Amino acid sequence: MIATGQTLKAVEEVKGRSLWVDARRRLLRNRAAMASIIILGLITLLALLAPLLSPFAYDEVNYDIIACSPHWWPGETACRAPGHIFGTDSVGRDLFVRTLFGARVSLAVGLVATLVSLLIGVLYGAAAGYLGGRIDSLMMRAVDILYSLPFVFFVIILMVIFDRNFILLFVAIGAVEWLTMARIVRGQTLSIKQKEFIEAARAAGVGPFAIITRHIIPNVVGPVMVYVTLTVPGVILTESFLSFLGLGIQEPLTSWGVLISDGADQMESAPWMLLFPALFMAVTLFCFNFIGDGLRDALDPKDR
Amino acid sequence: MMAYALRRLLGAIPTLLVIVTVAFFMMRLAPGGPFDSERRLPPEVERNVKAAYNLDKPLTQQYLIYLGKLAHGDMGPSYKNKDFTVAQLILIGLPVSARLGLSAMALALLAGTALGVSAALKQNRWEDYSVMGVAMLGITIPTFVTAPILTLIFGIYGVSLFGLDLSLPVGGWNGGALRNMILPVTVLALPQIAIVARMMRGSMIEVLRANYIRTARAKGLSVSRIVLGHALRAAALPLVSYLGPALAAILTGSLIVEQIFGLPGIGRYFVLGALNRDYTLVMGVVICYATLIILLNFLADIAYGILDPRVRLS
Repeated sequence: MIATGQTLKAVEEVKGRSLWVDARRRLLRNRAAMASIIILGLITLLALLAPLLSPFAYDEVNYDIIACSPHWWPGETACRAPGHIFGTDSVGRDLFVRTLFGARVSLAVGLVATLVSLLIGVLYGAAAGYLGGRIDSLMMRAVDILYSLPFVFFVIILMVIFDRNFILLFVAIGAVEWLTMARIVRGQTLSIKQKEFIEAARAAGVGPFAIITRHIIPNVVGPVMVYVTLTVPGVILTESFLSFLGLGIQEPLTSWGVLISDGADQMESAPWMLLFPALFMAVTLFCFNFIGDGLRDALDPKDR
Repeated sequence: MMAYALRRLLGAIPTLLVIVTVAFFMMRLAPGGPFDSERRLPPEVERNVKAAYNLDKPLTQQYLIYLGKLAHGDMGPSYKNKDFTVAQLILIGLPVSARLGLSAMALALLAGTALGVSAALKQNRWEDYSVMGVAMLGITIPTFVTAPILTLIFGIYGVSLFGLDLSLPVGGWNGGALRNMILPVTVLALPQIAIVARMMRGSMIEVLRANYIRTARAKGLSVSRIVLGHALRAAALPLVSYLGPALAAILTGSLIVEQIFGLPGIGRYFVLGALNRDYTLVMGVVICYATLIILLNFLADIAYGILDPRVRLS
């Protein structure tokens, strides 16, 4: 008797590891992902503190120092602008501050558009998967149709129609990106829906909306989180694409896309104008990709 | 098989109809019309011009007229390029865009597959890490950065290797000469090479662990026979379903590449048309692109059925 009691106690003392604790441990051990989180945090912090970090305003024009290199620039340049650590652009604005303000816009577009796509995609996918049958096939057929549309073209038309409205840019890109999200969530929902706890909830008289929001959505968080981290860089790229075509953010506000396309024009005479924004953007996109890969490895115990 | 193909083709018609409808009403709801300019036209002239293009009729009627003409292959006159119909403009631009896009697609598939397979065979060794690192670069660096950099290196500075002049023209089509195609095609294909390589690596690693590969190894087959004869077909399946999205991405990229390299394709017409509110031209290009994507998705589905005997096309 005593022996059994002791074993029972011993069993109790072994603490169970939940999926999330396990996942966090795996993520913490992933060096690339952790480094990416830190770098991304730094870039975000720089972007938020941008006005405090430089004596220059982002829209302060100075015609005396047009397209001047930073003073430490190796190689010959037409002029140097001391104090401007990233140099100046083609109307003499400080490139350091503009790169950070560009980070604000690019990151904001990335996050907001991803949230829009998250909201639409998760609700749509969960509803389709949970309701099933005819409604499901109808809803997913609609997604298939939308998938075959050249979507960027619609965003371009939208941006032209609504005259480059800033808010609309967020919404338009988000409205484009929800399709994959809906597919992922639906697939997950289909498998979760068969589980006993859903049946129990249904037996207890919980309505479909409450089951979707309270029981199904919390259980699809894992794959959705992975996809979210991979959507953000996609959105940032889309925004920069539109900006390159002259349909994105408007002056004097700026984004990495605008800065890069300006820089690409002046690449021969003023390479720093391309280098710094492109570097910031590439590093950010790298970070998101590494975090996404890390999360996927952490949350998917199959591939350990 | 034939019945399935036929049904899929018929199923594409409502999809196209949706696209046409959405594009039509989006363009028409836009403020500002094709004949707004700084110089006001006299009212009678404006009325006559609008009547000539049916712009004075109610919107639904305009839509029906457009659909009726479209069914006969008539996409109407371009509002801005007065001497051309939309169909003529597209016929001029499409061959350029098609050659550009198809070459980029072929390059992406070949190079991506080769890179992905070689990375999978050397999994977790330096060959693998360097291929995947470069692939990550390819995905994260946008086309409009790679284009000017490559232009600068090969076009403006000029590269010569062992006395061989490797410099390339930085723009223009020149009747589709190979030298003019190299830079735009490479730029367009780079992100897709990267994506294909990542996909191939993942599915190849999975396939190489399968039992039938182990059997093939046990029989003593060479690595190349195992990869080419047994593994590649199974590993290429995810790639087939990626063909549709890949084409969409390449078409999108071609907007930028045609702009940067000054190529006379339909991507340029689209951007110009959208900025000038040349309704009919934009509609024509969107319909053209959508048809291409739907067609490729259809071919991809058929190919999937042929490659994977487990998939029944019914």
